[in-house]
Amino acid sequence: MKIVVCVKQVPETTDVKINPQTNTLIREGVASVTNAFDEFAIEEGLRTKEKYGGEVHVISMGPPQAIEVLKNALAVGADKAYLLSDPAFAGADTLATAYTLAKAIEKIGEVDLVICGKQAIDGDTAQVGPGIATRLGIPQLTYVCKVREIDLNQKRIVVERMLENGKEVVQATLPALITVVKDINEPRLPSLLGIKKAAKAQIPTWTVKDLGVDENRVGLKGSPTWVVKVFSPEARGGGEILKGDLTEVVPLLVDKLMESKFIK
Amino acid sequence: MAKLWIDEKTCTGCESCIPACPFGALSMKEGVAVVDEKCTFCGACVDVCPVSAITLEKEEKKAGAEMAAYKDVWIFIEHEDGKIANVSFELLGQGRKLADDLGCQLCGMLLCDQENVEPFAKEVFAYGAQKVYVSESPLLRIYRTDPYARAAVQLIRKYKPEIVLFGATTQGRDFAGTVATTLETGLTADCTGLEIDPETKYLRQTRPAFGGNIMATILDYPNYRPQMATVRPKVFPMPPKDEARSGEIVREPLEMTEDQVRTKVLEFIKGSEAVNLVDAEIIVSGGRGIGSAENFKVIRELAQVLGGAVGASRAAVDSGWIPYEHQVGQTGRTVRPKIYIACGISGSIQHQAGMKTSDIIVAINKDPEAPIFKIATYGIVGDLFTVVPMLRDEFKKRLGR
Repeated sequence: MKIVVCVKQVPETTDVKINPQTNTLIREGVASVTNAFDEFAIEEGLRTKEKYGGEVHVISMGPPQAIEVLKNALAVGADKAYLLSDPAFAGADTLATAYTLAKAIEKIGEVDLVICGKQAIDGDTAQVGPGIATRLGIPQLTYVCKVREIDLNQKRIVVERMLENGKEVVQATLPALITVVKDINEPRLPSLLGIKKAAKAQIPTWTVKDLGVDENRVGLKGSPTWVVKVFSPEARGGGEILKGDLTEVVPLLVDKLMESKFIK
Repeated sequence: MAKLWIDEKTCTGCESCIPACPFGALSMKEGVAVVDEKCTFCGACVDVCPVSAITLEKEEKKAGAEMAAYKDVWIFIEHEDGKIANVSFELLGQGRKLADDLGCQLCGMLLCDQENVEPFAKEVFAYGAQKVYVSESPLLRIYRTDPYARAAVQLIRKYKPEIVLFGATTQGRDFAGTVATTLETGLTADCTGLEIDPETKYLRQTRPAFGGNIMATILDYPNYRPQMATVRPKVFPMPPKDEARSGEIVREPLEMTEDQVRTKVLEFIKGSEAVNLVDAEIIVSGGRGIGSAENFKVIRELAQVLGGAVGASRAAVDSGWIPYEHQVGQTGRTVRPKIYIACGISGSIQHQAGMKTSDIIVAINKDPEAPIFKIATYGIVGDLFTVVPMLRDEFKKRLGR
């Protein structure tokens, strides 16, 4: 079966701060890594391939240095990787991103399963997965914590989805798109051989022209939303450390919490 | 399309634009600043350049003539097991303010089976809606992406709301993305603030990014309507309920058959502790300091006395002491309870991303240097195995439980 995994390069930490003078993000000294949820997506792709046969293709949209996350995916065992990079892709919101990724998946062709992480840790939207599924006209299964079964003859997949108050077991027709949460697996580490192979791999870059996309629907131009302001959240006040003997401190804390009226 | 111009002749190579770029898109090449693909055309560099060498050419997107056809504020009424989700009522409360600012109507969008239309609509009116647009079909009895998205798209296309709001729950986030993509309109995820811009009358949507370390305010270009957003539960207060209110119900049948639905729900497995972290008003969480699965007993006991839910840090989940459903933080759930009690949790940035917006944070930790104390409303430096049982007993006494 043909599996496509979508990955994103994100800052290693979300501990970014705003420069109060310029009101912009301070990114200096922050390394870039594969989005945490996408690591689980790659691993699920590999496990699916090991169980059912086939190949794992990995795609990422981003600036040229996003090639690093594709190399990491090749190092753990992905078969092919493609970078979607073009100045025209810059400034894309989730609608434009999903359109571009869907076009790349169509170009790969005859895909049985698309796997995405639940969301990216920088934007936290969880909108790109459903957007891709909608563009491709295939069913989506979000928040998947377990793939129970894939039946290639019957063309169906059964998964468990993690909801607020329990798990839903759902069946969908293939091809389908799933977005995965952390509980689904434990990602493997790359082997030395894998790292060597990945370092040498040629990763094609697909541009607007290669994908045959409509320029009005990618990047900033294809994005309905627009960030007008970024700012630091209000700092949390308080920070009262209750000091003294526990027999006094504990009742004092209980007093304070009871006063809040939140305890019923 | 938009373009960032740097005038090579004017640029003095002072480098002041480089740290100003939020996206690291600027660098120096042969003594002048150059821009690469990471540029999102935010314009931050334009303001800091002392010699005005940088200009941003942003294509003005013109409002379509059709835009005026879009009016009213719609709230998606989420329901499960015959009960409307609280977040829908909270959104009706905030939606009322938006509708008043725009001078338009507040409406519910209800997708359900015939049996539930009347009782649900009655509640939606009681919380302030003037009208409820209903798509009714047996296919809409329980949530599935396909029929829900189809029904919502059909209603939105026909009646053209200006704003549509969804709860940022698993259901809302699952299907709002599908609806927005089908309609080719904007969708802002996980908002914590919504207001009408007094001048343009556009919806200003504020949301956390980077795990809550940054807030961003987002607008939709005027040629994209409706403006849509998912909104975090418990951000807005519950509005007053007035059973005497009523309104108009507009019904539309759903043009879809069961065999067109590509997914089938086979089973629902209720959570082991039947506690919904996202809805919980009080959460007691344990971290690395707990030390073992058995020791989570002290956390559970305190949670039980308070009628709260049990949470955990990633360290506790990864050690196998408690299932992943309990994990709070960047790779777990984002929660916003009234009271969050962190026991033996150091409070990494990743954990904070999932709980920082709680109203009251209590930290109990042996290490006085633990970062959790910096964001805690109240902190006790001490051994959780001493403090937590004392808290449990004191609450028991006060609450008479």
